[in-house]
Amino acid sequence: MDVRGRAAPRVRVELPYHLRNLARLQGEVVLELRGEPTRRALLDALEAEHPVLRGTIRDHATGERRPFLRYFACARDVSFEPPDALLPEAVVSGAEPFLVVGSLSGG
Amino acid sequence: MSGVRVLVGTKKGAFLLTADGKRKKWTVEGPHFGGWEVYHVKGSPADPDRLYASQTSAWFGQIIQRSSDGGQTWETPGGEKIPDFSEGMPTGVSNKFVYDTSEETGKPLTTHKFYDGTDHPWEFKRIWHLEPSLDDPDTVYAGAEDAALFRSTDGATSWQEMAGLRGHESGSQWTPGAGGLCLHTILLDPTDRDRMYIAISAAGAFRSVDGGATWKPINRGLKSNYIPDPEAEIGHCVHRIAMNGSRPEVLFMQKHWDVMRSDDAGDTWYEVSGNLPTDFGFPIDVHAHEPDTVYVVPIKNDSEHFPPEGKLRVYRSRTGGNEWEPLTRGLPQQNCYVNVLRDAMAVDHLDPCGVYFGTTGGQVYGSSDSGDHWEAIVENLPPVLSVEVQSLP
Repeated sequence: MDVRGRAAPRVRVELPYHLRNLARLQGEVVLELRGEPTRRALLDALEAEHPVLRGTIRDHATGERRPFLRYFACARDVSFEPPDALLPEAVVSGAEPFLVVGSLSGG
Repeated sequence: MSGVRVLVGTKKGAFLLTADGKRKKWTVEGPHFGGWEVYHVKGSPADPDRLYASQTSAWFGQIIQRSSDGGQTWETPGGEKIPDFSEGMPTGVSNKFVYDTSEETGKPLTTHKFYDGTDHPWEFKRIWHLEPSLDDPDTVYAGAEDAALFRSTDGATSWQEMAGLRGHESGSQWTPGAGGLCLHTILLDPTDRDRMYIAISAAGAFRSVDGGATWKPINRGLKSNYIPDPEAEIGHCVHRIAMNGSRPEVLFMQKHWDVMRSDDAGDTWYEVSGNLPTDFGFPIDVHAHEPDTVYVVPIKNDSEHFPPEGKLRVYRSRTGGNEWEPLTRGLPQQNCYVNVLRDAMAVDHLDPCGVYFGTTGGQVYGSSDSGDHWEAIVENLPPVLSVEVQSLP
C-alpha cells in the first residue's frame, strides 16, 4: 500500500540488453513502488530488487544518472526532470513502461 | 602440474583457454560477459578456482565478477538482494569504487593534471588490473583509472581505497598517458608481504614497504624526453613492470621508450634495451624458472603501434637484458600489424616454461618451450586486452 492507503503502484521498467543480462532478467521488470511514485522511488526499488544494478544506472558516488543513459516514458525524454517529480500517470498505472536507454553505439 | 588455464580479457568479453600439461590441445570457452570490455581476469595464487574479472563499460560502469569454480560460474559479489530495504537509495557496496577523501584516512585531493596541464578532478572510470593476494583468496587489489589503488578483503564485495598512494605529495601533478591516468601494474613481493610495487601511466613506478600505507616514487634512472625534466621524479610513462618471484629485488620495466632493469627493488634503474630493433613496447615478462630470461614485444614506435616490418617477433634475453634474440617460429612474419597490450603477456610455471600473449587482432599465441616455438591457440577473438595464465595442480 502507498502512503495514502492505496494499492502500491506496479510499474513496468525496460532495461538495456546488457543490464538485463547482468541482472539475469528476461523482458520487463515489474516493480512495486513505495511512497510517492517518482523516478527516485522507481530506481530505488529497482536497485533493491536487483542490487547488481547499483552503480550501473546512477553513479555510485554522486547518485546522478550515468552520462550515456537516458530515461524515456510515454514517448518523452524525461531524463532531465527532477528525480522527485511524479512519474506520468500512464507509467504509474502500468499502461506504459519506463525505459532506461543506452545511447547508440556501433562497434 | 596437470594443466594450464589461460584467462583472456577482450574488448567484447572474457575467454578461458585450457589444456593439459603438454599444452598442445586447447579448449576455448566463452565469451563470458559478452559485449562488455573485460580489462583483466586473474586467478588467486592461494586458490586456483577463485577468479576475479574486471567487466567494464562506458555506459554502465564497473562490475567485478568472481568465480569460485575456475570460471564455470560467476557471481557479482555484494550483489545480493537487500532483505530489509525500506526506503532511500540502496547503500550497497558491490562494485563501488569511491575515492577516499575522509579526514581520517584520505587526503582530500581534488585534482590531478589533465593532458593540457590544467587541474582536473579525480573521476573513477574503470579497473585496469586485479591482483589477488598471494595468501588469501578473499583479498584482492585493484588498479583504477583515474589512478588509485583499491583493496578488498571480503572477496570483492566491498572496496576501500589505499589512499596513501593517491595522497602522495606528487599526486596532484600526475598526468594521464594516452590510455588514461591508469594504475595498470601491481606486483606483490612473495618474500616480503609488506613490499609491493605499482605503476601508473604517466606518473611512474611507486613502491610501498608497509603494505600499501605509504608510497615512494622509484623512477631514478628513467629518462623521458616527453616531460620538461627528462629525469624528473615523476611523470614517466611506465608501461609495465615484471619480476621473477625468486629474485624480487630485480625488476624489469618496459617504458614508453626503453627497456629498463633495477637490481635494488626500484631504487635505481638502468637501460637494458641493447640490440632490440626498437625499445618501444608495452608488455614485459620474466621466465618462471630463469630470472634472467626476459620477454618483450617491440613495437615500431609511439605513433605506429605495430611490429617493425610487419613481423611479429617476441624478443628474449637470457642475460637479464642487453642481449636479445628474436623468437619467430610460428609467428606471422609478414603483413602483421597488430599490437600487444601491456597486460597481454604471461608465463606459466610448468617445465619447460610456457609463454602466452594476445594481440589486438584477436589472436592468442602460446609457446610450451620458453618461446622457441609458437602456435596460435585461438584466432579471431575480439581485440585482446589482457592475458593471464594459471598453472593448475
